[in-house]
Amino acid sequence: MSDPIDDDAVTEAGEEPGSGSIPSVAARFALWQQAGGFVVPLLTALVAFFIGGLVVLATGHNPLRTYKAIFDGTGLNWLWPFLGSSSRAAAATNLQQTLLITTSLILTGLAVAFAFRCGLFNIGGQGQYFVGSYFAVWLGSSFAGLPSVPHILLAIVVASAAGAAWAAIAGILRATVGAHEVITTIMLNWIAVWVGEYLFGLGGPLQNSAQKFTPISSDVVQKAKLPVFWGDPLLQGLDVGFFIALGALVVFWIVLNRTTLGFQVRAVGFNPEAASYGGISVPRNYFYAMAISGMFAGLAGAVDILGWQFRISVSDIPASSIGFVGIAVALLGRNRAIGTFLGALLFAGLLTGTSTRHLDPSIFRPDLAGNLTQIIQGLILLFIGADVLILVIWNARKRLRIRRSSA
Amino acid sequence: MSAIAARFEAVSTARRVGQLGIFLGLLACWLALPPLKSRTTVWPAFVGIVAIACGIWAIARVEKRVGWGAVVAGALGIVGGWLATRSSVGNLDAVFAWPALIAATLRWATPLAFASIGGMFSERSGVVNIGLEGMMLMGAFWGIWGSVETGHWFLGLLIAMAAGGLMALVYAVFAIHLRADQIVGGTAVNFLALGITGYAFVDIYGATGTPDLTSAMSIPGVNLHLGRIPGVGRFLETAFGQMNLMTWIVLGLLVVSSVVMFRTPIGLRIRSVGEHPRAADTVGISVYRVRYAAVTLSGVLSALGGAYLSIGFVHSFNQNMTAGRGFIALAALIFGKWRPAGAFAAALLFGFSSALAERLPAYSGSAAVLFQALPYVLTLIAVAGVIGRSIPPAAIGRPYKKQ
Repeated sequence: MSDPIDDDAVTEAGEEPGSGSIPSVAARFALWQQAGGFVVPLLTALVAFFIGGLVVLATGHNPLRTYKAIFDGTGLNWLWPFLGSSSRAAAATNLQQTLLITTSLILTGLAVAFAFRCGLFNIGGQGQYFVGSYFAVWLGSSFAGLPSVPHILLAIVVASAAGAAWAAIAGILRATVGAHEVITTIMLNWIAVWVGEYLFGLGGPLQNSAQKFTPISSDVVQKAKLPVFWGDPLLQGLDVGFFIALGALVVFWIVLNRTTLGFQVRAVGFNPEAASYGGISVPRNYFYAMAISGMFAGLAGAVDILGWQFRISVSDIPASSIGFVGIAVALLGRNRAIGTFLGALLFAGLLTGTSTRHLDPSIFRPDLAGNLTQIIQGLILLFIGADVLILVIWNARKRLRIRRSSA
Repeated sequence: MSAIAARFEAVSTARRVGQLGIFLGLLACWLALPPLKSRTTVWPAFVGIVAIACGIWAIARVEKRVGWGAVVAGALGIVGGWLATRSSVGNLDAVFAWPALIAATLRWATPLAFASIGGMFSERSGVVNIGLEGMMLMGAFWGIWGSVETGHWFLGLLIAMAAGGLMALVYAVFAIHLRADQIVGGTAVNFLALGITGYAFVDIYGATGTPDLTSAMSIPGVNLHLGRIPGVGRFLETAFGQMNLMTWIVLGLLVVSSVVMFRTPIGLRIRSVGEHPRAADTVGISVYRVRYAAVTLSGVLSALGGAYLSIGFVHSFNQNMTAGRGFIALAALIFGKWRPAGAFAAALLFGFSSALAERLPAYSGSAAVLFQALPYVLTLIAVAGVIGRSIPPAAIGRPYKKQ
């Protein structure tokens, strides 16, 4: 997806030597473009929510009350200063859950965003997430004798490396034989699904040895769990994985904007031919970009397992879509660090707010709301891909204005 | 007639020997399976070694692809034969009951073939379609809904086609006119279809699920009464005698789509738009119109595959019931090199691996599910170019801007 509205080349064009105290035309233009970078995704999300509201209305429910209930389910009302103490406690539990999902979505969003900046479309975030979580649950549930910190580090590092390796398969294939990464990552996703069904299914090598007839993994040992810093550890409080995700955002920004590797990655993403002419190895950057992407997704799997899931159940494997939501997160966030954070928060809020545990069933049925989330996600993806749609609307507005002024 | 003869002669002897090697490799494994059930490894090993020899002979005469294929087939044949001789006869009979296995393969392959032939039209016209999964799902839900509402499976099929076509049309508007990224659009279609069908399913049928279908509401099977044929009658009856109507339709679709794609002006237009839209535009072909038609057709055909699942096979609907079959269809399309016959053959192969995975737990335990991953592994190998590279249409995924 080429994105002429919001690119670094444009931003940097604003900092010409001529722009002293009075902002030049280019600088003002750049500022406008930057604002557009926030306005367009915001409009997209609003339109998607509006259409979602129409669906709710058409099936005989009140969309405003529904969205209010979903918002309350996210726990973001915790930020309201005038909330009573009992609802504040409930809101805090909800918000902890939202931030837990935000953690995984930031990381799977970065997995998509990093590859995107290199001109690659990594839709294998889901598979890389799985591979990371398989390794995390395996390492986390074995080596019971290890002290806490080395155990956690071991599980996280190996899981991230495993995610990186899984994505690197697609990277190598793209770099050497030119196989399209979309096709290869789709295939790798499903291979990861079935490998998981095998590993943790009945009689599988990593199936829980104590419960012979349940298709689940062993539990992560107590010492390998990430410490919870907000809320009750027994009720899925918020663990330090949240800070790992925030750290990953910073790393993402620094690597892309302040290192040679990041410069090369962006150059390849902007124009592979020009980058290659400038002496940058395109295949090598494809490989690195995919591997780093996969590392983020593998890390997401590790953080989820060590933070609050602690085990993998075979029935959860096909139901998980955290890696796919990462696509919507990254695209809505325009593949930027800050955008990815905001996108992750939005989608985490939606997922938590519509879940059975958090949505008030007297206002809207959670099983309906879960599907409403899918519809809104689909609409956002549909609109965000169509930059031209915004241009068409924009031009139509301009034409309307011209006609009005001439009349 | 002479054209066919010329084509026959054009195939070199080395390639012919290589193909024989591949056949012998399969035969090697088959010897140890029912009905022959050779209980010693000698026969599979002997035939397998002959297959490998054929392969080496072909490689030495520059037919590398077929030659290596024969070597691999021979080696796999020996391993497969050895594994089969080690398992009990009872288990072999249970898993490799050929007529039932063939029938199951066709059942699994039917929805895949519909979607992958549908996807072929879209991709041949230059529009990537990773939304096949979503379009199938639309067909699966609206097919059963229409069938229950109208009381007849035929009207249900029509409604399914309309729903799939509509979903595809929305995608087409974004992919063609608005020049949206086609991968993002396809992903969006999958999410949207999952949401729409799930929402409607919960809203309409709630906790009770879809009602039981009467016989008028489900797609009928075609009973050929093959059992009366002496000798092979029972075999044919179980394998082909009770096939669902949709399986026959997809066989017809295979023939029609092959002819349309490679023998008619329509097919030429679709392919030219997918290979070089500018050139096609220059000679007066409307790129947009061809692409709209092709993408919509892909939605209609995928929806037929989905409707077969719900009202022809399972007789009910569940949320996300396609469970990745659209992606297997996509894999079949790529593995079959964007050709109707190739896609159909790949669908049969992938259907066979599903059918086998369904039966193997009888004795191999948990490892059987790995057979479900076979389609994806094979496709990965195919796009990597190890066994004859799959190369997509030249203009695939690139929106066309009229000048």
